[in-house]
Amino acid sequence: MRLSRTLAVLTGLALALGFSGACGGGSGGGSGGSGPAQTGVVGKAQQSRKLVIGVKADQPGLGLQTGSRYEGFDIEIAKIVAKDLGVDESGIEWKTTTTPNREAFIQQGTVDLVVATYTINDERKKKVSFAGPYYVAGQDLLVKTDNADITGPEALDGKKVCSVTGSTPAKRIQTEHPKAHLQLFDAYSKCVEALGQGSVDAVTTDDIILAGYAAQPQFAGKFKVVGKPFSTEPYGIGLKKGDKSSCEKINAILTAAASDGRYKAAWDATLGRSGKPAPTLDTSKLTSCE
Amino acid sequence: MHVFSDPANRAVYLSSFLLILKLTGAAGVIALVFGVVLAAMRVSPVPVLRGFGTAWVNVFRNTPLTLIIFFCYFGLFVNLGVTYSDDDIDLNNFWLGVTGLAAYTAAFVCETVRSGINTVPAGQADAARALGMTFGQTLRLVVLPQATRSVVAPFGSILIALAKNATIVGTIGVLESASVMRQLINDNGDAVIPIFLVFAGTFVALLVPTGYLFGWLAKRLAVRR
Amino acid sequence: MSSVLYDVPGPRARRRNRLLTALCTLALLAVGLYVYRRFDARGQWDAAKWQPFGTAGLWRDFIIPGLVQTLSAAAAGMVLALAFGVVFAVARLSDRWWLRVPAGAAVEFCRAVPLLLMIFFVFYGLPFVIEAPVPAFWAVVTGLTLYNGSVLAEAFRAGINAVPRGQSEAAYAIGMRKGQVLRYVLVPQAARAMLPVIVSQLVVLLKDTALGYIIAYPELLERGVNEVAANHGNVVAAALVAGALYICVNGGLTLFAGWLERRTRRSGRTTARPVRVPDAPTAAV
Repeated sequence: MRLSRTLAVLTGLALALGFSGACGGGSGGGSGGSGPAQTGVVGKAQQSRKLVIGVKADQPGLGLQTGSRYEGFDIEIAKIVAKDLGVDESGIEWKTTTTPNREAFIQQGTVDLVVATYTINDERKKKVSFAGPYYVAGQDLLVKTDNADITGPEALDGKKVCSVTGSTPAKRIQTEHPKAHLQLFDAYSKCVEALGQGSVDAVTTDDIILAGYAAQPQFAGKFKVVGKPFSTEPYGIGLKKGDKSSCEKINAILTAAASDGRYKAAWDATLGRSGKPAPTLDTSKLTSCE
Repeated sequence: MHVFSDPANRAVYLSSFLLILKLTGAAGVIALVFGVVLAAMRVSPVPVLRGFGTAWVNVFRNTPLTLIIFFCYFGLFVNLGVTYSDDDIDLNNFWLGVTGLAAYTAAFVCETVRSGINTVPAGQADAARALGMTFGQTLRLVVLPQATRSVVAPFGSILIALAKNATIVGTIGVLESASVMRQLINDNGDAVIPIFLVFAGTFVALLVPTGYLFGWLAKRLAVRR
Repeated sequence: MSSVLYDVPGPRARRRNRLLTALCTLALLAVGLYVYRRFDARGQWDAAKWQPFGTAGLWRDFIIPGLVQTLSAAAAGMVLALAFGVVFAVARLSDRWWLRVPAGAAVEFCRAVPLLLMIFFVFYGLPFVIEAPVPAFWAVVTGLTLYNGSVLAEAFRAGINAVPRGQSEAAYAIGMRKGQVLRYVLVPQAARAMLPVIVSQLVVLLKDTALGYIIAYPELLERGVNEVAANHGNVVAAALVAGALYICVNGGLTLFAGWLERRTRRSGRTTARPVRVPDAPTAAV
């Protein structure tokens, strides 16, 4: 009898350990969790002076982890928003997100905001709310400098195009250009390498991301962006669905930044270095925060 | 279960598992042949062959399969130009995946065959040589027939591991079960547990009987000494 | 055994062996040269691609943190897998069918489901169910625990069964109950014999942590290959370095396991024969 009792205790302990490990570890990651959604991001920023922001780590010019820091246009925008919500740069915890797990991170509370070349679309709006857009990109193609056949998406039939699993550009190629051969990887750096070696003919994603790669010193002169965007990709700031007050506050911050020059400064410090002039933020197109 | 009443989902579920079976079958056959060759290399009298066999086994047993599949695409295909199909990306990636899986599994097959050879009592090989048989004849007529009968059980677990490893080929864009399951979960957040149970259940239904089959085969074929 | 397969080479055999050695060496060198030249034509040996690895910054900011994450996931997985293995091994040896059968079913299930599937479910699926985030670390560790724990459960069972029957019979003869037999006689002896198996399972664990990069867990492949490549454009070089690191770490562990096995056999502190569970040496990802 003693064995079965010890056994029962041990089993219970092991199960408890297992479940607490799987679930309880989560409390360390996301501080928003399923807490009061009324105060949301704004409330958290004011009370704890801390925010967890999800960004990309492998997109030069927009969100790139260079050693111990993150650099890029998205990072600068995130810093502006956080500052006006009351969180200093030192209170921001940056979290690397990849294309397929952005919604999951927001829904589960792992991050408070996502500023990671996050295209606003209807499907995503079902799961998260969007503030912004703070930039409008367009899907485009990256090809080798001497490539003359691929002049646009209609020339993709029978050609090999590379993108990242679960991304909007990939889905668009699958639905609108099914005759193109789609190669999927988990990271754009692999697509760009494949393009450089000639095993794919084009890489497709938002033009600004492609420009970021083409502008890197190691790829100087090798690639060109075709320059005929065939979609509009409005980049938004993702936050928990239903957090209307925070969303409206963020839109207000973006409007302010557009008029007082901080938006332009953010651009000039990052993507502007490629020579492209700063776009004007169209504040009339900001979301209504549904 | 509404997820699987959609015929498109059913079709992609079936095709993904068919891919897993094809990957396992192709890679299994190649790995078996190449693994035996590797084992023969490791026990041969030529030192260079022995070294090559040992190096191969050590490299492939200590490297994660994800890296090996990566090198199949970027090393073999992109840099060395090993192309299985010029037009069909999926077919090309399929065979690149088979290559990676076979190379990885062959290392384990080799080690198993070697330990199988060691289970054959030395007296058998002694007697074979006393009769004047050459290395090839000893291996072929005396050692390997007995060795293969004792490695049936480990081969079973290698095959099962291979079927599970086939899911890793998804990292180069092949639409196998794990990638399809991830997509379905992301699109249908309300039916997560049924989706997982169906996919996991299919693997269990395929692999557990296989394990028992090999266990039974091993017992039946065991050499009675 | 292998030396028994062929005789001490006579003059003809020596000549043939030398010829074969020369031919094989030439063939291997030719292949090696071909690979080197093709990689060179694609610019893979360019200094620009390899130079970042000479800077301390790269190692400090990308590779070492990635390696640390890999090792910590492996360590956590190992501890939990051991606990899981012990619990389920004892449960499977129980006389009570209501413990034995479910434990058996759970172990068979965890061994049959691919690790990637389990990781995907825990990372992408479980949060929808429990409505709480699951950090990538715990998704990886849970998958590792369930799979390697079941392999270890089988190994422990085999280990306990490998202790000669006389030991347990003597223990029962002097009046010990089943629990006491397990605790004082069987498990201590089995545990010593199990050490090499546990260490080789650690090698499998380390390789399996590589799956974490698919869910963006910042381990060696994600930091050391994806992010380094995004910064420097040297995917292949980064992958080669990562591969070399894996081979070093895992090779070291394998050597350690072999040394442990030799020591156990010599120490004679256990009557159990060193166990090589049919799965363990061949256990792949």
